[in-house]
Amino acid sequence: MGNLLEVEKLKVSFRSHGGEVQAVRGVSFHIEHGEVLAVVGESGCGKSVTAQAIMKLLPKRGCSIKEGSIVFEGNDLLKLSANKMKRLKGSQISMVFQDPMTSLNPTMKIGHQIAEGIIKHKGLDKRKAKGRALELLKMVGIPNPEARYDQYPHELSGGMRQRVLIAVALACDPKLLIADEPTTALDVTIQAQILDLMKDLQQKLGTSIMLITHDLGVVAEMAQKVIVMYAGIVVESGTAEDILEHPKHPYTLGLLNSLPNYETAEKERLIPIEGTPPDLYAPPAGCPFAARCNYAMEICVQEMPESFETENGHHSRCWLNDPRAPKVAEFAAAGRDGT
Amino acid sequence: MTEAMLEVENLKKYFKVGKQALKAVDEVTFSVKKGETLGLVGESGSGKSTLGRTIVGLNEPTGGKLLFEGKDVRNLNKKERKNYNRIVQMIFQDPHASLNPRMKVGDIIGEGIDAHRLASGKERMDRICTLLERVGLHAEHAKRYPHEFSGGQRQRIGIARALAVEPKFIVADEPISALDVSIQAQVVNLMEDLQRDLGLTFLFIAHDLGMVKHISDRIGVMYLGGFMELADSGDLFSEPLHPYTQALLSAIPVPSTSKGSKRERIILKGDPPSPISPPSGCRFRTRCPHAMDVCASAVPEWKEVRPQHWAACHLY
Repeated sequence: MGNLLEVEKLKVSFRSHGGEVQAVRGVSFHIEHGEVLAVVGESGCGKSVTAQAIMKLLPKRGCSIKEGSIVFEGNDLLKLSANKMKRLKGSQISMVFQDPMTSLNPTMKIGHQIAEGIIKHKGLDKRKAKGRALELLKMVGIPNPEARYDQYPHELSGGMRQRVLIAVALACDPKLLIADEPTTALDVTIQAQILDLMKDLQQKLGTSIMLITHDLGVVAEMAQKVIVMYAGIVVESGTAEDILEHPKHPYTLGLLNSLPNYETAEKERLIPIEGTPPDLYAPPAGCPFAARCNYAMEICVQEMPESFETENGHHSRCWLNDPRAPKVAEFAAAGRDGT
Repeated sequence: MTEAMLEVENLKKYFKVGKQALKAVDEVTFSVKKGETLGLVGESGSGKSTLGRTIVGLNEPTGGKLLFEGKDVRNLNKKERKNYNRIVQMIFQDPHASLNPRMKVGDIIGEGIDAHRLASGKERMDRICTLLERVGLHAEHAKRYPHEFSGGQRQRIGIARALAVEPKFIVADEPISALDVSIQAQVVNLMEDLQRDLGLTFLFIAHDLGMVKHISDRIGVMYLGGFMELADSGDLFSEPLHPYTQALLSAIPVPSTSKGSKRERIILKGDPPSPISPPSGCRFRTRCPHAMDVCASAVPEWKEVRPQHWAACHLY
């Protein structure tokens, strides 16, 4: 299967009073047909900005895509006319946002919000669009769709609203669904429902999903492939198993170690990542994680590491993976034992 | 057994919504032992924050008893009440909203010291600097404003403010939910250090069960204003009794792809009902996979099913 989306060396900057914030600094990745790719990272790492660049949702003022290409089915979205992009948005690529409370129109019946896109992109008449919208409401597990169709967003709970948003996003059978922290605002039992629903629909419809999240548990649940972002760059990428079970970048390892292990009986002290992410006004010349990294060497501060392929398809942007460096696997084993 | 520092008996906190009563906290009974950390988990709307705020005194209870070191908090005289307000402190969820943006960090921390006349002049400043260093910041930070700090640092300032008046009991309301994963562990470690060094007692409110398990000695599970289960944190995770606790635990996504970590997941149907008109009998029965006829007719008794393991469920 070929690639549905290819993002190549994307760079996005924002101008602000303090200077230029380099939010995304050369990000490359691809999504295959029918694949779930998780984008993991902390606030400010550039994961949402990357998604907004794909959807062309970045503000026009003060923001610029400096470099790179975003190729969707052979077309570079960055070169596409506004009109063509409009046709693509919602029908081929759609998005589910984090906050179900603010991303629906409060003055519009939810049924109409689903039908809106169907009428626009599929050219169905109102009656047929309503039929399709009802089908979608049923598909996302909303009980009694006929009654719900005429309700307003405030009459629905958070979990229900997120289901409606998913229905809106899937209304025109998109090939790519971008989900930006779709369950972060929800309670765990509701999160479990929504993740279940998304997995189910993904398997049924074969939609590719770009799932943005900070929760490594959600990654394990949903994704086949993962990219880990830090300070605007991709520090590690690979399959979910590569990333969660055999991390090759100290940042990924640090994230995993800072989570409590609630399956062991004894109480262990958490191993946090000390310090805070770097300032993106003036990002460091070397590895952005070097200042917080326990394994940092001299070269890490001086020079940005290249992306090393440690095994088939597993990349880590860390000097430890250079053939001349000590092996990160030894560190990983040591770190996990808490020594 | 260590003595109870805080005893809560049939505590109620209702809010008026139009002509109806919203039972945010309904007939809750538990105690917090001296020096322990009691974790409180539950989903949004379960009443855990209201309970925390009522204990601190930000809400007036509608009914029931609140005993602190054996004394009824509702019957304290003015002087005792002021002392209670000093020894019981709170750490808030949102480090961006809970610090006054127009005040310098030193004054934010010093406000409590002034209000309770604990120190003045140079001694006050020394104390502020010591506190800043105690929570992992620097003395120079006293002259800066909150917006100059990151989320994790602001939460440290919030902790310093709570510590400034030498409290005994701290209610921490989701202190790490707004922070990034790598920063959460820093703040949790700090809280554990402080507890060990200063002998503090914590009521730790959160919805992240993993972190609660890590920091708590015992955990209480709330649903729709009531306690469902209360047990040692190890017991609660290894042998959850209440169907709600079982579902809650099974819903946590585990950050591992290995087969061993995949557990049977209990997916609850629907959403929690409105606390304005909770279901009759057991409040969880509408979503419970084990609901029986009796669950609709009778409120399950809050009882000690096993030693030190309490639950409110008709199955036991």
